[in-house]
Amino acid sequence: MSSLSWGTIEPHLPILLVILPLFGSLLTTFLRKGILAWLIALAVTLVLPVFSIALLMKVMETGQPIVYQIGNWPAPVGIVYKVDQLSAYVLTVISLIGAVIMPFARRSVAAEIQEPAQSWYYTMYLLCLCGLLGIVITGDAFNAFVFLEISSLATYVLIAMGRHRRALLAAYQYLIMGTIGATMYIIGIGLLYVVTGTLNFDDLADRLRLAIADPGYRNAVITALGFIFVGVSLKLALFPMHVWLPNAYAYAPSLATAFLAGTATKAAIYLLLRLIFSVFGVALTIDNLPIPQILLVLSIAAMFIASFSAVFEENAKRMLAYSSVAQVGYIMLGVALINQAGLTGALAHIANHAIMKTALFLALGAVFYRIGSVMYSDMAGIGRKMPLTMGAFAVAGIGLMGTPGTAGFISKWYLGIGAIDAGMYSVVFLIVASSLISVIYIGRITEVVWFREPSEAAKTAKEAPLSMLIPLWILALATLYLGFDTRATVDVAAKAAEVLLGGIR
Amino acid sequence: MLTSLTDLTRTMPDADLILAATLIPAAAAFLIPLFYRIPNLREAVTLVASAALATVTWSLYPRIVAGAQPELKIWEVAPGLDLSFKVEPLGMMFALIASTLWIVNSIYSIGYMRANNEPRQTQFYVCFAVAIAATMALAFSGNLFTMFLAYEVLTLSTYPLVTHKATPEAMKAGRVYLVLLVGTSMVLFLPAILLTWGVAGTLNFTAGGIIAPGDLSPLLLGGLLGLFVFGIGKAAVMPVHFWLPAAMVAPTPVSALLHAVAVVKAGVFSVLKVVVYIFGIETLSTTGAGDWLVYVAGFTVIMASIVALRQDNLKKRLAFSTVSQLSYVVLATAILTPISAIGAAMHIAAHAVSKITLFFAAGSIYTAAHKTEISQLNGIGWKMPWTMTAFAIGALAMIGLPPTAGFLGKWFMLQGAVQSEQWFPVTVIVLSTILNAGYFLPILVRAFFMEADPVRLQAAGAQAAHDTHDDDHGEAPFPIVLALTITASMSVLLFLFPDIALDLAKLMVAGG
Repeated sequence: MSSLSWGTIEPHLPILLVILPLFGSLLTTFLRKGILAWLIALAVTLVLPVFSIALLMKVMETGQPIVYQIGNWPAPVGIVYKVDQLSAYVLTVISLIGAVIMPFARRSVAAEIQEPAQSWYYTMYLLCLCGLLGIVITGDAFNAFVFLEISSLATYVLIAMGRHRRALLAAYQYLIMGTIGATMYIIGIGLLYVVTGTLNFDDLADRLRLAIADPGYRNAVITALGFIFVGVSLKLALFPMHVWLPNAYAYAPSLATAFLAGTATKAAIYLLLRLIFSVFGVALTIDNLPIPQILLVLSIAAMFIASFSAVFEENAKRMLAYSSVAQVGYIMLGVALINQAGLTGALAHIANHAIMKTALFLALGAVFYRIGSVMYSDMAGIGRKMPLTMGAFAVAGIGLMGTPGTAGFISKWYLGIGAIDAGMYSVVFLIVASSLISVIYIGRITEVVWFREPSEAAKTAKEAPLSMLIPLWILALATLYLGFDTRATVDVAAKAAEVLLGGIR
Repeated sequence: MLTSLTDLTRTMPDADLILAATLIPAAAAFLIPLFYRIPNLREAVTLVASAALATVTWSLYPRIVAGAQPELKIWEVAPGLDLSFKVEPLGMMFALIASTLWIVNSIYSIGYMRANNEPRQTQFYVCFAVAIAATMALAFSGNLFTMFLAYEVLTLSTYPLVTHKATPEAMKAGRVYLVLLVGTSMVLFLPAILLTWGVAGTLNFTAGGIIAPGDLSPLLLGGLLGLFVFGIGKAAVMPVHFWLPAAMVAPTPVSALLHAVAVVKAGVFSVLKVVVYIFGIETLSTTGAGDWLVYVAGFTVIMASIVALRQDNLKKRLAFSTVSQLSYVVLATAILTPISAIGAAMHIAAHAVSKITLFFAAGSIYTAAHKTEISQLNGIGWKMPWTMTAFAIGALAMIGLPPTAGFLGKWFMLQGAVQSEQWFPVTVIVLSTILNAGYFLPILVRAFFMEADPVRLQAAGAQAAHDTHDDDHGEAPFPIVLALTITASMSVLLFLFPDIALDLAKLMVAGG
């Protein structure tokens, strides 16, 4: 083991990011004790961000993508993993969220899951993490499908482990929708393979430019684009393909919700960006399908309709779930603008939203841990009993509103600049108007938890334990910090946006 | 080498002072909760912080009068989004007003909160300190981003103060407050900033403005100005004024310093600053893009006065009077002559010391007599002579009569309007002066020249039965009386010695 130094690990970081959680999940399968499984999961998740940050720093420094050939088989034959600024950025977001919530996990999982199933829960958690990281790191279209399925299957199980019986229904609903999405994706990839004979992203990109000019293949390529767009959109919960999401988030165990809200849709968004910008290319996409226009309309619809749904929710987790659909709308709006500022805003919001929403769901997890409910009627007055928990919730909530001085404002600023650069002045007003709705739904829950008379459940509640408060406040403070120091988000996002838009120029 | 060193010593204290102005109240906000078990120490933190802050702002003052405009860039949040401060004359004046009145208001708060046994006093003082920190940051903001940041923090920190009583009425008011202020700032102010960035490529406050007349058509220019004026909801230009009367459910010290001085002045100050340093008076007057503002502000001045006439609740009447008086400042700004801009700045100062006096008096009456309605005030002047004399001075200032500071502001405004032959503002000012007299003088008449009406008292008896203070009371506690005496004197002193404010106002117009 003495030869296990950073120098020997470093070239293999890409594969380690996937292998570690995979092996970790195998290990936890054989464990009976939940606490042992937790320890293994904790060790694995704490190492992963170190790896992904190392990769991010390297690609930011060199400006060149890192290509890793599995088993040393070169590209057309073997599968390659490719890490550029965009993928390293998303890997960092996912692995950081995966790590930060782990200290929270122990008590939350112990309270919500029966002992024999706890290690199974961590197995699924690690498997899901493995799948999400795999989606982002792979340079192969079919491999991406495999990872998409790994993460999805693990997610179905995680959701189904929720304490409420409706969790089963929610998981089933997601299973149906997710399978449809995955099927459409694989149909699209199949078509591409028939046309080009390759599954490697870079090769696909090269050959598609030729194939689209060939009238014999043209329709197949466009059909593939359509299938892939819809399939992945289902996964990232683009309105109106989001209907699986609110129930899934509402009934999943607290920790699973926090994890999925921060990471799952983000990985799917990454996949869509990668395929549209790097594989098909913006020119091909715009010329053949009105995808930016579709995205624009759907994302604006999401921003308004989902936000309105959040306003009238009585279940705090569902409220935040609808808010997530709206926030995915923000991200996709930035994508639809197809310019530097818009994409920078969209990518920055991937990290910003992941941090804020995970913090919000963790706070609800802490509340659920104490009073066993996240209904508004039970949460009334809980702020007085759990001031630190709900204080963090308030901070993250203010971030979600896009108040200056928080991460949310930075995203909104770049989206706004992007809309102005695109000459879409009305979109500027739509962005700000929809964020006004978030003021209403965050304001409403704030009023319930701070100003209403305590409910029966809230009267006896105690502040959350330290193992929950620390992860929660790390994320809440990050919400504020990233509102002032944007080097980690905007600078990287801007570079990643340049890479994506490089295809146009 | 040597010169750079002397430069450093000459500029460093400026930067330190600017930073201290925001950090002192912010630090107080952290310290106050530590002493929540020992109220006397807790209040001492507030008093010490307010004294320290006033020391800081007053030591900046001579440098600004000497013509310096120190800048301090703290941090680049993102390309183009700087957190930076710049002390110019107008901001200096605003900071002086707010910091000086914070001392007086703290004395008053202690008397008021204790006498009325208000709950959650620690939270009250913390939010108050945060609001003051935001006010200082706003006063010294060097660009639109910093201003917007401070503006939003000010809204959020005052929301718990508005909802302090936690009654359904307070919650409803809090909702109006939050949605209207955050709403207008998000939906109008932020796009205005974004568009300014799109047009000018910078957000820095610059003498003469950053938008050139040719950048936008007069129509778009006027539209952009509209986004700013209505987006800065704190200026309470109709129809975005509803939050101000709603905010009156807050404890009176909040209404006094925040909703008569800090928050509302932050609004008109921001409008004035945007007009002077973003658009530039030149640009607006040559293109005529700001002409509409005279009518909107004039309408608000008159309309709010008419509504004030019909309010029986004392604080509500004062609130509508504030809406009206704020639009004086906007009106004076919109006249777009240098002399009226001086009037606008003077009016910010004059209205601040006078309106806070009126609110102090209202709170004093509530504390001593538990009365909130004007119709209950018959004969109260003889029971509370200090309070009602101070009230009288404040009322004279609102009407704009000498020997109070209110006269000066109106005088300059009128001068500006007459000089530039704009007869609409002249009419508005004259008409509203009559209206002001119409809703303030009857209060004085009731207080000093009418007997308490026994029948009315009996009718109200059932409701007020638990209230032994009702007709047997004297003055309010000493801190309250002290505070309102100080501010009333300030209102007179500012008339007798107007140079402090006037020098700054002239500098603003001259140096820009």
